[in-house]
Order: sequence, then C-alpha cells, then structure tokens
Amino acid sequence: MTETEQLDEEVAIEAATEVLPLDAWHRAKGGRMVEFAGYWMPIQYEGIMAEHLWVREHAGLFDVSHMGQLTLSGDKVAEALETLVPGDISALKPGRMRYSLLLDEDGGILDDLMITNEGDQYGIVVNGAVKWEDIGHLRESLPDDITLNHNEDYGLLALQGPKAVTALTRLVPEAVGLVFMQAMRATWNGHAIAISRSGYTGEDGFEISLPNEVLNAFSDALCAMDEVKPIGLGARDSLRLEAGLPLYGHDLDPTIDPVEGDLAFAISKRRREEGGFPGAARILGHLADGSPRKRVGLLVDGKMPVREGAKLFDGNTEIGVVTSGGFAPSVGAPIAMGYVPTGLSEPGTAIAAEVRGKRVACTVAAMPFVPHNYVRKTGA
Amino acid sequence: MPRYYTEEHEWIDVDGDVATVGITDFAQGQLGDIVFVEVPDTGAELSQGGDAAVVESVKAASDVYAPVDGTVTEGNNQLEEDPALVNSDPEGEGWFFRLALSDKSQLDGLMDAAAYKAFCDAL
Repeated sequence: MTETEQLDEEVAIEAATEVLPLDAWHRAKGGRMVEFAGYWMPIQYEGIMAEHLWVREHAGLFDVSHMGQLTLSGDKVAEALETLVPGDISALKPGRMRYSLLLDEDGGILDDLMITNEGDQYGIVVNGAVKWEDIGHLRESLPDDITLNHNEDYGLLALQGPKAVTALTRLVPEAVGLVFMQAMRATWNGHAIAISRSGYTGEDGFEISLPNEVLNAFSDALCAMDEVKPIGLGARDSLRLEAGLPLYGHDLDPTIDPVEGDLAFAISKRRREEGGFPGAARILGHLADGSPRKRVGLLVDGKMPVREGAKLFDGNTEIGVVTSGGFAPSVGAPIAMGYVPTGLSEPGTAIAAEVRGKRVACTVAAMPFVPHNYVRKTGA
Repeated sequence: MPRYYTEEHEWIDVDGDVATVGITDFAQGQLGDIVFVEVPDTGAELSQGGDAAVVESVKAASDVYAPVDGTVTEGNNQLEEDPALVNSDPEGEGWFFRLALSDKSQLDGLMDAAAYKAFCDAL
C-alpha cells in the first residue's frame, strides 16, 4: 500500500457515519435515520408535527448522545476556563450549571456549551458537530495539569415537556429536588448517572447522562410510560426555534460574537468589569456601543416558510440573512431567526425576506416565540 | 383514465389532452407533515423535468417537477388553505395542478402503477 492509499483510507474512515449506542432502539421504534453531526440519528418517528406538539403537552425522550460530554479536573479549572469563555465560572456553585460560549481570540463563537460544577470536577457538554474541534481547542489552551476527559462511554438523553418531572421521578425520585440549571448525581438500578434540569425545547425537562450499556433499559423504562414518546431531531429543531434558542453552525459561528448573537446574558457582570476573556476588546466595545448586527426573531406573514439562507431586505437594500426558519407547530405559522443591523432589530420592525425570488413580509419579534416553562423553584 | 408515475414521485392522470398532476403517497410519506404548497399560475408553460411547484414540510422545501410539457390550466387553490390535504389524500383531493398536454408521446416514457411500485420497493 502506498502512502497515498493509506491517506485515502484514513479520510474514508474519518468520513464514515458513526452509529450511536441506541441505533437499533431507534430503528425498532420506527425512527427514520438521517446523517447528523457524523452520526446516524432519528429525524422523526411518527411525524415532526405530532412529536413537537407531544413535547409541549406531555414528555418527549431525545437521544442526544452525539453531543460531547467532557470533564475537566485539576487545580484552578474555573480560572483556566475563564480564559476561554466569558462566564463567571468561579462563582458557579457545586450542583449548578451555566450556559456559556467558547470564544476565539477575536471574540467569535467557536461553540456554545453547558458548564456544570460537579463538585470534584467540571462537566462540559458541547455540540456534536464541533466536539472534536472543541476538544482540540481546550487541550491546546488549558494548562497541562488540568485533565480533560471525553466520556465516550456515556450517552446523553433529554426528557422534555411538562410531564417530564412526573416520568423521571418514577425512576429517580430525588430528581424532583432540582430546579432549572441545577445538576446532581444519582443511581438507577445500581448504575451511576447524572441528571440536570435543563434542555433545548423551552419546556421543563431534564438531561440524563448514563453509561452506554444502560441507555436501552432506561429509554425503555421511560417510553413504557403513557406520558413519554421518543422524539426525533426534526421536532428538536422546531422546538428550539420556537424557544428562541440558537443552533450552533447555523445561528452562531466564528464570525459572530456574543453581543451580535444576542447572547450578552452569557457575559457575566464580573467578567464585563474585568475582561480577560478572548476577544474582550471587541465584545466589551459591542456591549458599550452596540454591535453592527444582531440576531433577531422574525414572524413571517402568510404561510410560506422562510428558511436558512433567505436574504433579508429593508426596502430594496439587502440587510441580512435568515439563519434558521421553518413552520412553527405551536405558533401555527412560519417563524425564523436571522441577523439584521442593530438599528432594525427592535421588535415590530417591518422587513422582508426573499424566497424563490419573491418578497415575504416579516416582522422582527421578541423571542422566545413560545414562552419558556422552566421550573425555577421546587414545590411551585 | 390512465395514471402514470415519474421517478421523482409525481403522478399524472391523463384525460384526453388534459392531465392532473400531484405527488404520490410514497412521496408525502417521505416528506412528512406538509405545511405549504406553491402551485404554478394558470397559463404557466411547463417543460418536462422542469420546476413546476414547491411543497414544504416542517423540515424542508422540495421541488415538484413537470412530468411532461404543457400549459397550466388550473392550480389547486384548496392547497393554499389546507396543505395537509397532500398528506391525507395525496392521489386525490391533494392534486397540485392541471395542464394541457403539449406532447402526449412523452407519456410513453413514464411508469405505470406496477412499474412505479417496483421502483419504490427498490429504493
């Protein structure tokens, strides 16, 4: 074999779509499998519309095992992380989690992620599509005495919807004590698992990390309940769009900074005062003076969906682009997200999108499109 | 009234020099929940294999192609109000448009029901 052939083979292996631990489970449940983030994943089971509406009323189980589950341990992990993200990680108490952003040196967003203080270590969940880049960036940027683990032996499930707490607490009663953005360790059938009250739908719900060999039994135990159905990627996308939550690689990328991405809430107060995160000069400048453009929600007139890539216009002037869009089942109309000049980002501003050469009237809208139903107090 | 099928999953019912076009049950099943349909304007000149209509599901927009050359005589306006008709009755009430055929010999290149079924089974 020549060197060229070897290289070709390596490229082919790298490009091959991988199979997640629950692959056979999804297929047995009628999941239609598509390629996503390098894995075969279920886009839908019975249908995106029905699955979407089910999550808003009941509880849906999502397999998000494609996401990267990392842990960082060692001395001064929080301080080290703060050189890479704009959040106040030092102030994050054990059992608490925070949404944050991995930034490049210009303040561009490399990924959005969840950071959890697990007491003896920090847990990080990153997007599946960029997890290898994230791991490389973290390893390269963090001091050598901080240990970075990629927990490929663990899968990640999300149980989302108003009935999620009812369903999950039948299996793990102590999960009832969590509120939004809290996390805990627990056991199920003798297996160590981790649970957080978080998600990507705007509904109450949980994310559960558990050993790969337990995923089948745990998923079966949940889906045996009347409240729970398996939900595919299609509904995950429409649910998060209604919740106003950006999708990395579509609504966020390295050309966009946190202020432009309407994620300034992720820049903690102390960090605004002290700086010291990548791209602080640009980001703090945008915080003080406004950014040239901003991510906004769009309500679309009529029934024709406006999708990613559609150009946005103010009169005859092209002003921006749609980064996510589609029919919103709970709104009953098309909605979208995109970037416009900050001067045109006020809710109520009338603009237009271009779809197949036609102009469609859109109105800048406050997000979320569907109110969040997070549980912020126990016993409420 | 003979019905023909294309490899792009359109069906075409021919009645003399006029035909009705829609997408097959297989196609609607693949697309999932239909939320929007754009049918061609009356008078539009279509050519075989060219864009004729657009059908959008929750997740994506797909083109519907003209099975043969012709001039559109009518679009199904019902789909504007009720695009889900394409899911519930794709090969009946969920038709897309009617056209006056320009070249009936083009029908010879299309599949009949048995051939189309075999085509889908092989996918």
